[in-house]
Amino acid sequence: MAVPITEAPATGAEPDPLALKPDLERIEIELLLEGIFRHYGFDFRAYAYASIRRRLWKRIDEEGLTSMSALQQRVLHEPAMMEKLLLDLSINVTAMFRDPSFYVTFREHVVPLLRTYPFIRIWHAGCSTGEEVYSMAMLLREEGLYDRSRIYATDINEVVLQRAKAGIFPLDRMQEYTDNYMRAGGKRSFSEYYTAKYGGALFDHSLTKNVVFSQHNLVTDRSFSEFNVVLCRNVLIYFDKTLQSKVHSLFYDSLAMFGVLVLGSKETLRFMSHEECYQQIAPPEKIFRKVR
Amino acid sequence: MPYSIVAMGTSWGGLSAMMKLLGGLPADFPIPIVVVQHRSKDSDRLLVQLLQDATPLHVCEVEDKDLLLAGSVHVAPANYHLLVEQGYLSLTTEEPVRYSRPSIDVMFSSAADTYRSETIGVVLTGANEDGSSGLAYIVKRGGRALIQDPKTAEIPIMPDAAVKAVPTAEVLPLDQLAPRLLELSRGAAKADRRTAV
Ligand SMILES: C[S@@+](CC[C@H](N)C(=O)[O-])C[C@H]1O[C@@H](n2cnc3c(N)ncnc32)[C@H](O)[C@@H]1O
Repeated sequence: MAVPITEAPATGAEPDPLALKPDLERIEIELLLEGIFRHYGFDFRAYAYASIRRRLWKRIDEEGLTSMSALQQRVLHEPAMMEKLLLDLSINVTAMFRDPSFYVTFREHVVPLLRTYPFIRIWHAGCSTGEEVYSMAMLLREEGLYDRSRIYATDINEVVLQRAKAGIFPLDRMQEYTDNYMRAGGKRSFSEYYTAKYGGALFDHSLTKNVVFSQHNLVTDRSFSEFNVVLCRNVLIYFDKTLQSKVHSLFYDSLAMFGVLVLGSKETLRFMSHEECYQQIAPPEKIFRKVR
Repeated sequence: MPYSIVAMGTSWGGLSAMMKLLGGLPADFPIPIVVVQHRSKDSDRLLVQLLQDATPLHVCEVEDKDLLLAGSVHVAPANYHLLVEQGYLSLTTEEPVRYSRPSIDVMFSSAADTYRSETIGVVLTGANEDGSSGLAYIVKRGGRALIQDPKTAEIPIMPDAAVKAVPTAEVLPLDQLAPRLLELSRGAAKADRRTAV
């Protein structure tokens, strides 16, 4: 049971000015998000509050502003400011072969299932700059499955999708990725996949031959196909529970029977209405199979 | 004055300090405890297990949107920031703050934003200065600050920095932190009863 929060203090208790003050900031934030939704169509109203609040303040500080209402004024009148804010609010941190043990388990438990399909459809929802997509493409190629796979990689943010398409990633992360790759059960030498070019690591373009990058908003857009695998890692953590549940309906509708849903390593299906529709394959990895 | 959350931060030496502190609290300690300890990426399970062996409280590693529970110690997982929301916890993968993810400052300030004067911040032993600005923020929001006496800390850098940032904090030797938390929580229980009457 959650501990009850601020109650009205009983008579005789010390008055606490901060606790008694109505949370004006929350009202301002809700108004701003409502304005963004109505004016630009981006719906952040059901994102996890503490994180949204942090990101809004980051933008306020960087613009040299001092209040939520000042930010609202700028965002609603300047599309360029909205673009900046969109980048702030879509937290794009990612890595190749992040959580290597997930890829080991995927090879061991999901690849055998995929081998039984003549054609494999995969959806990376919230793919950010694409590192996860390139990782999956390498894995599928090494398992001899790439040529019969089609990968749909989507994100709300057009800017990161452009970077994903370009396939150039920072050279200074290659050491970390090489290490991840080996721990993820990689079967070749990681350096075979890229060349140092344009001041970065340019990845082999044949890895994206069967990849379609496209903008898709999990909050407002619909299911667009049926998939054998849906990966959505570290995206739903930015949503509140109600919105998570709504997006899980979308994933459920987008998965073929016995299809596989992959979440981030600290995400769960607990308390989601679709919980009993899935079986977890090889815990603690967050790989679930749709069974009903 | 009732408290709703104990937010605790530590790094180097934190394991044995927390084992001692949490070992001194009873299973029915009424306030949820949230812990950020800096450590390497892959050491999650071991830390939780060792803490669990040391305390009657329920120790768990946080998963996204876990409910804050009395009698529980919620430990931040490696490689995510931990944010305190009204009644539950959220994770985020934002960039490290001052080289740390999870960051104590980030967790502390989200606790203070959510629970304000109902927050108790505790800084223990550690080898960097994470936590001191978060602790100052907790106090600014009307909460309470406890710091392990640097003289009793395995590495005094973190508590020293916290004392400097929050001169009004209560500085206590490690073995007096649990009794003090218990006292503060009893105050909480009393206040609750008063509200109920
Ligand atoms: C932290 S990244 C996760 C990247 C990758 N899946 C991983 O785990 O490393 C979160 C991504 O979710 C995207 N995102 C946030 N809200 C979204 C929405 N409503 N629809 C689609 N993508 C969204 C962000 O733009 C961001 O790129």
